[in-house]
Amino acid sequence: MEKTSKLSKFYLALVFIVLYTPIFYLIFYSFNSGGGMNNFESFTWEHYRAVFSDTRLLMILINTVIVALLSALLSTIIGVFGSIGIVFMRNKSIRNSILSLNNVLIVSPDVIIGASFLILFTMIGVKLGFASVLISHIAFSIPIVVLMVLPKLQEMNSSLIDAAADLGATRRDILTRVIIPFIKPGIFAGFFMALTYSLDDFAVTFFVTGNGFSTLSVEIYSMARAGITLTINALSGIIFIVTLILVVGYYFISQRGKNPVGMGVRK
Amino acid sequence: MQTKNTKTLYLIPYFTWIVLFVIAPIGLITYYSFFDLSGNFTFDNYRNFFSSVYLTLTLSSFWYAFLITLFSLIIAYPTAYWLTKTKHKQLWLLLIIIPSWINLLLKTYAFIGIFGLYGPINAFLNVFGIGEQQILFTDFSFIFVSVYIFIPFMILPIFNALDKLNPSLIDASRDLGASSWTTFSKVIFPLTVNGVKAGIQAVFIPSLSLFMITRLIAGNKVITLGTAIEQQFLVTQNWGMGSTIAVFLIIFMVIIMIITGQREKGATSNGKNK
Repeated sequence: MEKTSKLSKFYLALVFIVLYTPIFYLIFYSFNSGGGMNNFESFTWEHYRAVFSDTRLLMILINTVIVALLSALLSTIIGVFGSIGIVFMRNKSIRNSILSLNNVLIVSPDVIIGASFLILFTMIGVKLGFASVLISHIAFSIPIVVLMVLPKLQEMNSSLIDAAADLGATRRDILTRVIIPFIKPGIFAGFFMALTYSLDDFAVTFFVTGNGFSTLSVEIYSMARAGITLTINALSGIIFIVTLILVVGYYFISQRGKNPVGMGVRK
Repeated sequence: MQTKNTKTLYLIPYFTWIVLFVIAPIGLITYYSFFDLSGNFTFDNYRNFFSSVYLTLTLSSFWYAFLITLFSLIIAYPTAYWLTKTKHKQLWLLLIIIPSWINLLLKTYAFIGIFGLYGPINAFLNVFGIGEQQILFTDFSFIFVSVYIFIPFMILPIFNALDKLNPSLIDASRDLGASSWTTFSKVIFPLTVNGVKAGIQAVFIPSLSLFMITRLIAGNKVITLGTAIEQQFLVTQNWGMGSTIAVFLIIFMVIIMIITGQREKGATSNGKNK
């Protein structure tokens, strides 16, 4: 028994080391005053300064964040209403086919989503750029929002709605005072997932972005194809911190959602 | 009751989304696959796909995807198993998931440095007198980086399956005199096979369609179905052929999903499944 537990600890430690080494490797060399990702010369903030003085890169950073926030917001709204609709569907077979359609974009490879959206946008005449990127991000985030919200809705006791209706609540009241507060943790989870989906996406954006518009992933790709630039390392340091904040925030929100006390009443 | 009206009203955006971004794209891809470069209706794309060039490409793409999935599974299963035995397993699981939230491009980019000619791996090999090796732009680096990227998506569903496993079943098996291996092969593994299937699904399908890693790490040596689609669409601008490959990729995807069977509802809800 003792032996296996030692082995397991060693194995897990190895997995964690391999998982985290590349990330810390990147961040470590972002402080290198030398030119590349080897031979650490001396400590410097120069590459971070380079990020913040590069207005083009900053614009791309802002674009990425705007696209992520907008797409997460809009896809959350559409997804929440969609899942409320799905849950109240009487016909089981229609509901199941809607659910399978919902999951198509989750299992589809990015390349196919990107290529088919490219055809779609070209056909209906959406100019490739901000609009096409935003629309695609909304489109591929909606199903994940639905998947996060749906279990919460199914958990909800339908007598809550009946009770509210009996007590004279209007449909609007039922939605804003009963349903939404109850599924709030699911909504938050969906929003965060949509946010990270959007921030993380490369393939779909790569297909539907035109010449004038770029997000961080696409920009990093073209920079990385040209070779090693420590500006990317500095960027990754910043992104790592932001991601960590997002993850920790998400973790706390989802932990709070697990706690049944204080759900519902909170505004 | 009168609620029927509003129901349909707030469903409009969602259904519009389904029609426009789920059904229409698949239809368009299929439609475009029947046209050649100059816009004439043709079956040539399909004929081309069954030529030796594309068949070898498909086969090699499947081979790489198979290897990536296999290695992910071999590494992920013990990890997930031992994770369930740790004290603060949810926290450790979160630590496994965090790297999957870091931008994919950055992780790939890190390996350009690590595997580089003067990178740490080569420095390490030098110490043992092996000398510098070309690691980047090889099959090894491609598979390693892909496994690295996909491993959290394999660990997660297996972890969930193992976590749900009733420990008294294992005790019962031990009490009845089964060896650890028998317990594993006759009790633990069969009961977590759904998690394994979900993991295979989450790794195999994206592996078929990788194109960014092939470009950055494999240096155009490895061509997957995804790379081929990207090339047809964005480089040669032959949307017809690109769509044809995409149609086949969709067909393969459906087949794989049927083989790996019904996915449990909770499988995706815990993390990203891209």
